[in-house]
Amino acid sequence: MKKSISILLAVITLGLMLTAFTGCTASNPSDNSAGDNNTVATFGSKDSGSITVYTALEDELVTEYLADFNAKYPNIKVNVVRESTGVITAKLIAEKENPQADLVWGTAASSMMVLDDQGQLEPYAPVGVERILTKFKSDKAVPTWVGIDAWETAFVINTVELEKLGLKVEDIKSYQDLLKPELKGHIVMSNPNSSGTGFLTVAGVLQLNGKDTEKGWDYLTALHENIDQYVHSGSKPAKMAAGGETVVGVSFGYAGISQKKKGAPVETIFPTEGSGWDMEANALIKKDKINLAAQTFLDWAITDSAMNLYKENYPIIATGGDGTYDGYTIDPIKQLIENDFVWVAKNRDSILEKWMSKFDGKSAAK
Amino acid sequence: MVFMKNILNRLSRRFSLPQLFVLLAFLLVFGAILICPLISLFSKAFLDKYGNYAGLANYQKYFNNPNLSISIWNTIDISLVSTVFSVVLAFLFAYALTRSNLKGKTLFKYIAMIPIFIPTIIHAVGLVYLFGKQGVITRMGWDIGLYGRTGIIISEVIFTFPQAFLMFFVALEYADGRLYDAAEAMGISPVKRFFRITLPDVKYTVINAFFVCFTLAFADFGAPKVLGGNYNVLATDIYKQIAGQFNMNMGAVVGSLLLIPAVISFIVDRIVRSKNSSTLNAKATKLVIKKSFKRDSLFFVFCTVISLCFLVLVAALFMGALTEYYPYKMDFTWKNFEFNNSTGGIGSFYHSLEMSVATAVFGTAFVFIYAYLCEKIRKFGALRKIGKLFSVLPMALPGMVIGISFIFFFNNKHNPLNFIYGTIIILVLSNILHYFSVPFITATGALKKLDAEFESVAESMNIPRWKTLLRVTVPLSLPAILEIFMYYFVNAMVTVSAVVFLYSANFRIASIAISHMEEAGNISQAAAMGLLILLINVIVRILYEIAVKIIQFKRKKKEERTI
Repeated sequence: MKKSISILLAVITLGLMLTAFTGCTASNPSDNSAGDNNTVATFGSKDSGSITVYTALEDELVTEYLADFNAKYPNIKVNVVRESTGVITAKLIAEKENPQADLVWGTAASSMMVLDDQGQLEPYAPVGVERILTKFKSDKAVPTWVGIDAWETAFVINTVELEKLGLKVEDIKSYQDLLKPELKGHIVMSNPNSSGTGFLTVAGVLQLNGKDTEKGWDYLTALHENIDQYVHSGSKPAKMAAGGETVVGVSFGYAGISQKKKGAPVETIFPTEGSGWDMEANALIKKDKINLAAQTFLDWAITDSAMNLYKENYPIIATGGDGTYDGYTIDPIKQLIENDFVWVAKNRDSILEKWMSKFDGKSAAK
Repeated sequence: MVFMKNILNRLSRRFSLPQLFVLLAFLLVFGAILICPLISLFSKAFLDKYGNYAGLANYQKYFNNPNLSISIWNTIDISLVSTVFSVVLAFLFAYALTRSNLKGKTLFKYIAMIPIFIPTIIHAVGLVYLFGKQGVITRMGWDIGLYGRTGIIISEVIFTFPQAFLMFFVALEYADGRLYDAAEAMGISPVKRFFRITLPDVKYTVINAFFVCFTLAFADFGAPKVLGGNYNVLATDIYKQIAGQFNMNMGAVVGSLLLIPAVISFIVDRIVRSKNSSTLNAKATKLVIKKSFKRDSLFFVFCTVISLCFLVLVAALFMGALTEYYPYKMDFTWKNFEFNNSTGGIGSFYHSLEMSVATAVFGTAFVFIYAYLCEKIRKFGALRKIGKLFSVLPMALPGMVIGISFIFFFNNKHNPLNFIYGTIIILVLSNILHYFSVPFITATGALKKLDAEFESVAESMNIPRWKTLLRVTVPLSLPAILEIFMYYFVNAMVTVSAVVFLYSANFRIASIAISHMEEAGNISQAAAMGLLILLINVIVRILYEIAVKIIQFKRKKKEERTI
């Protein structure tokens, strides 16, 4: 009797598992053909319900910004998944067949381009999108993604450690200054192959030196001589400078300024030649049915009240704006180089490959 | 219906069908959570970016890039060096605790396990506090050049030491005193006794420990990410491909290379095992440890030195967690323990506990029955071999690979198990899988020590298998079972790499909160949270020791009564 029960149980488990196995190989018919906008199926309501938002914004900033949304739309529950840009983008790509997120908020435009290329974004023009400067949104008729703010290459310098090297903060103003012999082995930069900040810095340097010439590469080679290590995150060089683990971290503006607020003896310097940059952007994820509340969120995410919040931390916002900002000694918008996104996108793979063969793993032989 | 039942009954009596079915069912469950997700990821190694079949083109591309294949040699290098250190040190430590009259054994045992009580990212934080450019020890004038090969090796030794230690501890605890008595009577020297009796006796564990440490170090990503500097290893290559360039195809290529050590270890295991048949039989007597002041004091010094290393690491965390801004503002503060709500706050702590208990309960049951089926059934050799091969694979997979492949597989609309995606179930499943290999070895080791006589006797008396399992095997293996339970619990408390891809917005966990703090530069807060996790794990461990004491006490009472 007992034996037959156990057999029965085993058979049931077997059956269940076999069905699971078929899921293993079942090939999915690819999602409905490219977005013929306007005919998107929707559900839910504009001002209630619950939405899932993926974001790469900093934890503490998410809390701060969301408070504003929650006050305005108390009936929309926002479930936030926050991870670093790399992890959140990889997760979105892996979930392509059955997207979980309704929208992406504050994630690198370079990631948005990858997602767009894979056909994962639903074109949507949020209310007030005309206020966003052209270079801050996708070039599609109905934009697939819309930028909110920008971040840019900055040197984060530990003043205490710098003095020990016999230099002053005023001595470091430009990319050229990073080549000073005193700084040999005291610079940490992010690896462009694993960090968006690393890539925008390299792309910026190349563009400042005339795009396709060897001049930019010559500079990077000279800089390589002074580099202590390349790390796998955009903000880590700033944090290492803050903790004294390195003297100069080639990172981005907010990373340095926020460390200073936490009490680190660092100064954030923007190179006089100009900074490479990328933006944080929002997009609607392509799904069988679009939640209307997600559109509400995207509308809110570029309102003036949201923009003013972003501006507190990332002074360069997508609606333009000017003046001076906390922590910045110069007008940050003038700091940005003319970024040729078409050129960058076209050459991304070859730049990364060349960079890798020249610098990555080179020091491993030690 | 009755007729069917009769047929089934008859068949089952002849072919022991229930065993076959249970074994098959378990293999299938494992297949569903291991093989299918892996296939759904690794099949991408043969596709190009747009999903067209590309044959071996991706592999060719990978091996043709000299920088990338340097990673392979680097990975082998650091894995070998750290494995040798960790196996030798762990063996001596376990030997000291089991074969000498050392004072303070319990305390030493706890200290040896500190590293698995805290998230690996926290090891790295601690090492930076000690050996970084501003580290306490560096400032005293000893700069070891932490970033790069050195840092990775130190970190891997710390990470793998407790795992090897636990395996040796269990193996060395069982010994047949008769052999030693006989050897002594024959005038064989202690050194010879060690090499002729002790070492051959645990040879199998030594080889196993070697492969466990090697494979773990081979696939670890945490240490190389934080301390690796410019030293590239396969795990950082995967990260670059998956989370840097979003190239899942190349990620799959590198991921598949990581399986090589696991497969080799499986083959070696087969070869060794066929020659290894020493089990503890029912006539063994307890080994009486002789008095030796010299030996005990030598071991005491050794254990103290190792323990001090771990304690210094924890002390560094305390220093970091309790200062304003290391190293520039050394004022005392409690503020790092006031966790910011945006990281999930203290709520994430309860979630972690919930998830860890579930992982421990279901994981222990699954591992033990699985090991039992692989070890104690004498038929279906081929199936059992497949079962054992499955069991070594998880160890070789970095969490990131498990996380991404779980997404590919379970987030598929056509998968009937799709409903578990985004729930606590998928977190528990991924943990059970991720940490399967070491508990499997522990369980197999314990089961091997049990005399097969029990089963034969039970069979001849027509006592059903499950009764023997419940009444004899489980009680006798209780120490191993509790050990597995603990292992699952602490690892689920501290894990990041796999679950970071799988947790949902409503279910944040503490270890992820830590990695966020570290990412955001709140190093001292991360250290603080790490200490809290350490505290929980120590408390659970103490409860565990009390449970063991009670069980032993009861058993002793019972034995006394039966006598």
